[in-house]
Amino acid sequence: MSSDEAGKAPATIQPLKFHVPQPASRPGEKPDFSDVVIPKAGSVARPPVDVDPKDIRDLAYSIIRVLNREGEAVGPWVPDLSPEDLVRGLRHMMTLRSFDARMQMAQRQGKTSFYMQHTGEEAVSCAFRIALGPHDMNFPTYRQAGLLIAHDYPLVDMMCQIYSNQRDPMKGRQLPVMYSSKENGFFSISGNLATQFVQAVGWAMASAIKNDTRIAAAWIGDGSTAESDFHAALVFASTYKAPVVLNVVNNQWAISTFQGIARGGSGTFAARGLGFGIPALRVDGNDYLAVYAVAQWAIERARRNLGPTLVEYVTYRAGAHSTSDDPSAYRPKHESDEWPLGDPLVRLKQHLIAIGAWSEERHKQAEAEILATVIAAQKEAESFGTLHSGGKPSARDIFEDVYAELPPHLRRQRQQIGV
Amino acid sequence: MPRMTMIEAIRSAMDVAMGRDDDVVVFGEDVGFFGGVFRCTHGLQQKYGVSRCFDAPISESGIVGTAIGMAAYGLKPCVEIQFADYMYPAYDQIVSEAARLRYRSAGDFTCPMVIRMPTGGGIFGGQTHSQSPEALFTHVAGLKTIVPSNPYDAKGLLIAAIEDPDPVIFLEPKRLYNGPFDGHHDKPVTAWSKHALSEVPEGHYTVPLGQAVTRREGAAVSIIAYGTMVHVALAAAEDTGIDAEVIDLRTLVPLDLEAIVASVEKTGRCIVLHEATLTSGFGGELAALVQEHCFYHLEAPVMRVTGWDTPYPHAQEWDYFPGPARLGQALRDIMEAR
Ligand SMILES: Cc1ncc(C[n+]2csc(CCOP(=O)(O)OP(=O)(O)O)c2C)c(N)n1
Ligand SMILES: [Mg+2]
Repeated sequence: MSSDEAGKAPATIQPLKFHVPQPASRPGEKPDFSDVVIPKAGSVARPPVDVDPKDIRDLAYSIIRVLNREGEAVGPWVPDLSPEDLVRGLRHMMTLRSFDARMQMAQRQGKTSFYMQHTGEEAVSCAFRIALGPHDMNFPTYRQAGLLIAHDYPLVDMMCQIYSNQRDPMKGRQLPVMYSSKENGFFSISGNLATQFVQAVGWAMASAIKNDTRIAAAWIGDGSTAESDFHAALVFASTYKAPVVLNVVNNQWAISTFQGIARGGSGTFAARGLGFGIPALRVDGNDYLAVYAVAQWAIERARRNLGPTLVEYVTYRAGAHSTSDDPSAYRPKHESDEWPLGDPLVRLKQHLIAIGAWSEERHKQAEAEILATVIAAQKEAESFGTLHSGGKPSARDIFEDVYAELPPHLRRQRQQIGV
Repeated sequence: MPRMTMIEAIRSAMDVAMGRDDDVVVFGEDVGFFGGVFRCTHGLQQKYGVSRCFDAPISESGIVGTAIGMAAYGLKPCVEIQFADYMYPAYDQIVSEAARLRYRSAGDFTCPMVIRMPTGGGIFGGQTHSQSPEALFTHVAGLKTIVPSNPYDAKGLLIAAIEDPDPVIFLEPKRLYNGPFDGHHDKPVTAWSKHALSEVPEGHYTVPLGQAVTRREGAAVSIIAYGTMVHVALAAAEDTGIDAEVIDLRTLVPLDLEAIVASVEKTGRCIVLHEATLTSGFGGELAALVQEHCFYHLEAPVMRVTGWDTPYPHAQEWDYFPGPARLGQALRDIMEAR
């Protein structure tokens, strides 16, 4: 090529084309999950925790599953959980679902401003919490209340937060569901997506710096992995081999945006870890046993100074994003019925029945008991007020906790408001 | 003439701009297929195709960074940040890049783009759906900052912003989106469809940047406001019976100093009103300018009525919000001041 030809387009060159990924189906169309490839339960190998990350790159592209279609637990990932443990797990998930239903209704009744449900994703946070130690720290998003419920955090306290009432532990300052409980290993939730993901890495680094034994768990949604903080978390976790479990909850949607917009051309969200040398696993997020088993594997790695693990939970957001959202505008109405990994509660229930540890009758009874417990908690919480009636946090609380000590300018402002 | 809500007017502005100029592209989180969580871009993807209106990954730095690249190429991106409270990841791109591109390249590269974002409280959105960060933009050389208070202005200003050769921050008071809001959160209010300023021409028109407008003539005191607070100012004037003049700035940078000076020279008293926090807020700039330019006409110190210097609380929203009661007290105080 002569020098004046260099850089010139050949005559045959095509115009460039702009690519925007599209979901398989939209409202009015038939739901289509044919691109979600689901391996057989029990088919994925379970490597030792000290495996060389480069030997398990395929785990970032598969899905670890334990419960098969018949409700049997099969394969190398079957965890060491007793029937009693599993019944407890089922009850946690049922409690979360019942809690969601009541709070969703309370929002509709105008008792609070906003709510976010977990429908279809209950197994992820409920099972993970059981695998974690009592003193470890989660850096959650707004869709992991199972971390609190499975740790027996009082439902009343959660509801008081949702109602922003006089007993709200957050003093009315935070949007509903933005809980915080250091004692329960639950970092204060931020409304700003992804910020917590890198903070979890810092917490884990601190624990290592102090030769502590506690580890951290970072949480993020599929859509939020696009934020820079996600990538910063991976590089810091990789560089410092931080004792952290990096959890990506892929519920297929980020409000109206399907996961292909955040994932782009990479095969999976888990595969994001590979470039950082972080072992990455994908797990059936609607399979309580599989979630527990994979969480345990990743937690053990962190605990044994083997460094971070990236886990992608493949699940589906069966409900609306929040009470401000209506998914019928952007996805087929009955898409959730077609979700190939089913309902986590139904699957665990089916398993428990299959092993003779549960029955339809006991399930009905448990459902009624749980509903009664949630309703009693709600009554108690409402006795301390709801957003628009009854006991309220004080206007004084606006000014507290901005700093450790109230500075003079805030004291003046507080005087102005007369509280 | 058609009646529009703020949302419809903003949508119509983008529609008109996209229809007239192929270089205008619109993107942001949930902006494409769905049409935005507040529906401001509803229908634009259908009308103009996915390469001119599309969904972005949840990365504000990515949205603004790619918009800058597009602007450098020669497009005119009009991007949406879902809430102003989520613009911080993009702040480096806005401040270090968009704002200075023309200057640092001596005009070799420019950045004709608009960054739209819902701002302000009043919807029980808590601390991450309520902020008013306008001062974080007005403080940056190279940015223009707009805050409309009604549908007519919103459309005309947004078209002007899209046609502007420099980066423009377009803050949309979300309390006004669907209306109705007449300053009081606890009283029945008039819907946008009954407000004169919801009469919005279908086609192209602009409201020039840098021109304030007097919303209410008065002789006793000047209230300088913008966005949601214009409605609070009108309500407080009504409630107190004090003959206040209400100036709606519409554009903060460039600022219509003449309009401010003319009003304050006439009334001799001035209250600056905004929802954002007090310390280092845009009100400080306004108060300083009034002091510099109108000192010998002032009969009382300039007052500021603003949000408190705290994060925006959820339950105590209306104790935080500088509503007509707080402004009314300030009006009475400034009339007594000597
Ligand atoms: C920095 C930032 N940008 C945008 C938003 C608005 N927003 C709230 S939730 C959400 C979608 C998140 O989707 P995903 O990460 O998949 O989590 P999911 O809701 O599905 O659990 C968006 C865009 C936000 N809260 N913070
Ligand atoms: Mg998601």
